Amino acid sequence: MNDLVLSLLRLGFLVLIWLLVLSVVGSMRRDLAIGSRSRTGKPSARALKKNPELAEPEPTTRKPASALQILEGPLAGRTITLQGQPILFGRAQDATVVLEDDYASGRHARLFPQGSRWFIEDLGSTNGTFVGDSQLTRAQAVEPGQRIRIGKTVLELKA
Amino acid sequence: MTEVQTAPVPRRNLELLLLLLALCVGGAAFFLVGSATEDNDSKNFLIQMGIMGALALIIHVLLRIFAKYADPVILPITVALNSLGLAMIHRIDLAKGTSQSSRQLMWTAIAILVAALVLWAVKDHRILRRFTYIALLASIVLLLLPLIPFLGATINGARIWIHVGPFSLQPGELAKITLSIFFAGYLSSNRDLILMAGRKVGPLQLPRMRDMAPMVIAWLLSIGVLVVQRDLGSAILFFGLFILMIYVATARISWVIIGLLMVVVGGVFAALTMGHVERRVNVWLNAFDPEIYQARGGSAQIVEGLFGMADGGLFGTGLGGGSPYRVPLANSDMIIASFGEEIGLIGVTAIVLLFMLLVSRGLRAALGARDTFGKLLASGLAFTLGLQCVVIIGGVTRLIPLTGLATPFMAAGGSSLLANWIIIALLLLISHNARRPMSGIVGPTDEIATPSTSRLKDRKAVTNQ
Repeated sequence: MNDLVLSLLRLGFLVLIWLLVLSVVGSMRRDLAIGSRSRTGKPSARALKKNPELAEPEPTTRKPASALQILEGPLAGRTITLQGQPILFGRAQDATVVLEDDYASGRHARLFPQGSRWFIEDLGSTNGTFVGDSQLTRAQAVEPGQRIRIGKTVLELKA
Repeated sequence: MTEVQTAPVPRRNLELLLLLLALCVGGAAFFLVGSATEDNDSKNFLIQMGIMGALALIIHVLLRIFAKYADPVILPITVALNSLGLAMIHRIDLAKGTSQSSRQLMWTAIAILVAALVLWAVKDHRILRRFTYIALLASIVLLLLPLIPFLGATINGARIWIHVGPFSLQPGELAKITLSIFFAGYLSSNRDLILMAGRKVGPLQLPRMRDMAPMVIAWLLSIGVLVVQRDLGSAILFFGLFILMIYVATARISWVIIGLLMVVVGGVFAALTMGHVERRVNVWLNAFDPEIYQARGGSAQIVEGLFGMADGGLFGTGLGGGSPYRVPLANSDMIIASFGEEIGLIGVTAIVLLFMLLVSRGLRAALGARDTFGKLLASGLAFTLGLQCVVIIGGVTRLIPLTGLATPFMAAGGSSLLANWIIIALLLLISHNARRPMSGIVGPTDEIATPSTSRLKDRKAVTNQ
């Protein structure tokens, strides 16, 4: 092979490897727009059709629940302010909300924030935790107004 | 810990495009090697790149099925680095008449298939948290394997190899993955305790003695690796990994300072008392002394590598145009020096940048991950890749003493290739988890262990009402 051609090919190789580096860097530009719904950030109608799970389940402006009201049970009438910390319900003395209730387990259920929503999770209690009429099988999001039942206690989130 | 998210978009097509570009880079390297050295087997590069491309495509298709939202640049960068390494090993083969590159290609195939298996079998990295203590046990077994008589073997003064049939393996390479899993699992369960307790001295919050215990054990383990297996590189890697992970978990600079002090104490002790460490430091400091250059196990390797890189200059001699084969271990420990000679500073800078981008994508996955375990695991794995590069590239360029760590994805050596591809598979899974859209259901195992202190605080809030 001609020396000149070879030199040009070698230079071309250096250009090619830098092209790879630059296209990788270029494709990461999107990460600079963290948090803002930038033009590239929102899925297009076509992308939505192809990947239906991209659809926003609810508007992001919704305010998170700020308080927990106890409606029935031994602590009925109390209101607990939510401060972004997880809350543990149970008979155990180290629980956040101690339930004096023979139908509650020691460590019964846990209410925790994720994003702008609160989730409730059963910690393997004997009598189960209910949201509305259905028993929890895994962590589930709760909306203000939904009734949560733990033993004899019934609670509700307040916006 | 911080959580940073962008709007979820799969971006698998971008990955395919970058993958093609990466394969072009590898193919061009093979083509240049062949045309410059008058390689009579010119079809060779098509076969090699065909195999590489098919393997990369397997991972790509698996990602489309199992991890649609995985980071789109991790796989292309890895494929580019791996095929560049293959091309260089092939080039050294041609000069020396060896056949390392077909072996390396076979190991690449094994490694990528194992990575595919990991993608398929694990699917969600949070499963790995269940194996926290099993991972610790596995790490200890992996580190002790080479010490078993008949099974273990000493190569180049380090007892880190085992023989299994026709293969020789370095089980310590896999230990960096199992150790990352253990540290991530242990710290994600106990970080609150470590974080809360302790005295404050000036601006530093000192940890309690009993929280220090795992760190002391990690330190002793690294020193043990250093003394018993005579493997300086792995010792640095394991201890560095632990310092980083505890820093990421607690954001306490005091841990880093304590860790660095322990490194200094251990390093000075090792340099003064252990022959092989002392010799390496001496070789590093006085590399150009003729006596040390000519000594057995002296500085000839480093100095020849430096001469090679100097010969390459800015643009390099071109692939196949230099004489990197003059350096001992030109296709494994010194492969960066071989690249420095043949594609020059401009090319090596691109390679180092590719490594850096790879590590940054790993850390990005850690930032986006929604569970503590995933954050810690991703940052640990990304850091493992980064630290390997720093230690070996720093050693080859005489920034720090040269220690025998493998350049990830490039150096000839099956175990390292296997371990690093598994790391890539795990990073892809964690990045999928970090980038996919939030659904209403979160994993039931996430952080059940609520810190006892915040629980007390909340109770006060309740009783005050």
